[in-house]
Amino acid sequence: MRRLSKTQLVIVLLVFVFVTVAIVGEYFLSRSRRLVLSTTTSTWDSGLLGYLLPIYEQRYDVKVDVLHVGTGQALQIAQGGDADLVLVHSKELELNFTSQGYGVHRIGVMYNDFIIIGPPSDLAGIRGLTNATEAFRRIKTAGDLGNVIFVSRADKSGTNLLELKIWSLLGLTPKNTTYSWYWEAKTGMGNVLRICNEKLGYALTDRATWLSFKNELPNLKVLVQNDSVLFNPYSVILVNPDRYPHRNHQDAVKFVKFLISVEGQTLIQDFKKEGETLFYPLARDVPKAVELGFENQQEELVWYDSHT
Amino acid sequence: MTMYVFLESLFNALRLFFLVNPDVLDITLLTLRVSGTAVLLGSIAGIPTGAYLGLREWRGKKTTIRIVNLILRSIINTFMGLPPVVVGLVVFLLLRYEGPLGFLGLVFTPTAMIITQLILVIPITIGVTISAVGGVDKAIREKALSLGATNREAAFAVLKEAKIGLLTAVIVAFGAAISEVGGIMIAGGNIWLKTSTLTTEIVDAVQVGEYELALTLGVILLAIAFAINIILTILQIREAKH
Amino acid sequence: MTVSVEVQSLSKLIPQKTLLRDVNFGVEESEVFVIIGPNGAGKTTLIRLLDLLDKPSKGRIKFANTEIKDYSPENLVKWRRKFGMVFQRTVLFNAKVYDNVAYGLKIRGTDDETIEKKVKTVLKLVRLSGFEQRHVHTLSGGEAQRVALAQALVIEPELLLLDEPTANLDPANAMLIEEVILNIARERKATVIMTTHNMFQAKRLADKVALLLDGELIETDTPEIFFNQPKDPRTLAFIEGKIFF
Repeated sequence: MRRLSKTQLVIVLLVFVFVTVAIVGEYFLSRSRRLVLSTTTSTWDSGLLGYLLPIYEQRYDVKVDVLHVGTGQALQIAQGGDADLVLVHSKELELNFTSQGYGVHRIGVMYNDFIIIGPPSDLAGIRGLTNATEAFRRIKTAGDLGNVIFVSRADKSGTNLLELKIWSLLGLTPKNTTYSWYWEAKTGMGNVLRICNEKLGYALTDRATWLSFKNELPNLKVLVQNDSVLFNPYSVILVNPDRYPHRNHQDAVKFVKFLISVEGQTLIQDFKKEGETLFYPLARDVPKAVELGFENQQEELVWYDSHT
Repeated sequence: MTMYVFLESLFNALRLFFLVNPDVLDITLLTLRVSGTAVLLGSIAGIPTGAYLGLREWRGKKTTIRIVNLILRSIINTFMGLPPVVVGLVVFLLLRYEGPLGFLGLVFTPTAMIITQLILVIPITIGVTISAVGGVDKAIREKALSLGATNREAAFAVLKEAKIGLLTAVIVAFGAAISEVGGIMIAGGNIWLKTSTLTTEIVDAVQVGEYELALTLGVILLAIAFAINIILTILQIREAKH
Repeated sequence: MTVSVEVQSLSKLIPQKTLLRDVNFGVEESEVFVIIGPNGAGKTTLIRLLDLLDKPSKGRIKFANTEIKDYSPENLVKWRRKFGMVFQRTVLFNAKVYDNVAYGLKIRGTDDETIEKKVKTVLKLVRLSGFEQRHVHTLSGGEAQRVALAQALVIEPELLLLDEPTANLDPANAMLIEEVILNIARERKATVIMTTHNMFQAKRLADKVALLLDGELIETDTPEIFFNQPKDPRTLAFIEGKIFF
């Protein structure tokens, strides 16, 4: 057998070092306590979690892995057993999730609001309305005349689902095949806003994303806000510990306790962008929580507060 | 002039993000670790396989062997163009807790990303190696045999002639791995500082409108690709010059 | 340290073509056997069969009175390790002259010190002393062919097979290579089988000459008889330059 040449030795060594580092790294990563939070893009992209998590992580010595995806996917991941808890905003999907036994102890944490944006020229004439449904009706009318376009995320995100709900109040299920003025972008909020800015379109957006992008969207303005249908409550749900015994139930509960504590709620309120509050605390405002669809808010509050 | 602009923004990028924002260093190191490991393992698996298949094509005199070679080649060529998102999705579905390999607990880890890139990179290294071996003068093998080489030693002599091509295989594979985003996003989950790479963070930064950050990360990505290609290209030129 | 070669009814067929038909000849130990013939006569085919690179369609090849029946890779390597072969087209490894010449020794497991000594000696023999560190791409055609010859010689073959080794070379290089071949045959007593289409070269080198035409061996004789009193009219025609090639 021939002896190894110098290059061959170096290659063998490199392979060895690489594989060792990879394995050792993976081992240490898996050893530290970790919590997997499956959530929507808005909580991450707004920077809220980047602001809240380090406080929690430091206090409890737990690393939080954030999977920021669409609401549908966030719940799917949790349903598949790959997350410890979810932080999402889509009532229907959430109730589905809990009623089928995937999740437990759904509680309202905070809410933000949606707004309808569009070009200042506003050919649909919706500026200043506080009724989103009426605004949508006018957009359809102007759209049918070929004056305006509406850009939908069409990605089954919470925002998209709310948009479809408002259309359904008008008895409509618009598709790009049925209406030429209805564009299905199938993309994130930021991209939709960018498209609207270029094409002078209307869109439903959450306020956080709007504020992040506002400076780069000179052709758009907020036209409609403050309709209760536009309030967007966020809830956390623990995955069912009986169903997913391998998940980190303990740290998940601790995390929710932190979020709904007076301290956590204050931190949420104090998180601002461009001087504006993005998320309003909801956990301890029980009447408001009930109004926004959390009938069991009181019971869940008690459950979490009494849990040690 | 273009070079100057590039260097200036490169310098800015490095200064800003390695000094001011240490997270970017972590992300860069993770990117290198994931793509580096994938390319390394991919080369270890792909180059010998490609060499075997390439040498096999030489001996293909019988029609049946030729047909088998043709089919193999077509399969590899198809796999060279695998859509990364599809690979990422399949890896995710396999590794998720309820998937067949869920017990490994690898979903949303760097290992899952390495597996994804490995699947993308292996056909590339195989394919480029086959071409490289095919480009070697057929007489080299007989030359080695006539000097008393065994079949295996003759095969090594052919591979040695194909050295530049093999290096190209590594370069192409690395380029594909480090610029890949769709696959690792699905299989890795894009968890901040755990499975976020330069490419996934670029997508995120664009998503929230931070174009400047996105561009800077892009410059870092480009700089890495540039640096590694320079090293490999120097090796190539040194080989070719002789 | 030399082998005799015997070839009986050797044929090589490929689809729709006969490359060699019923070739018979014997080469004694330490003999220089020159096969002469025009291009396309089957000279390369024959040499390749002798180096066991191809398998004959029919017939027998014997080395040192042992028939080659077993064409398994192991057996082929065993025999080839006694042979040196120089191809008509110069093929060298993309490396330095030293590594090219040392190759045959390296795969035989020779130690570095011996390799260095032997490479030096053989390079001197082909008048390429001091070329060790030159890359083969920097060599002229003649120098490259001399390296190829050195590759074959360094392993001290018992049988040297040469396929038109001087076909594409200038007279000076051709003469140098002829000298080396004679030297190997006389000093080392190696058996040499070479092909050429150059009659004068055959005359100068051969102990025995054979004429190959269209895959058939026409006549085998000592040079004296072959060139002065050929038995076959086709040989005479070839010598007189009436057969074109």
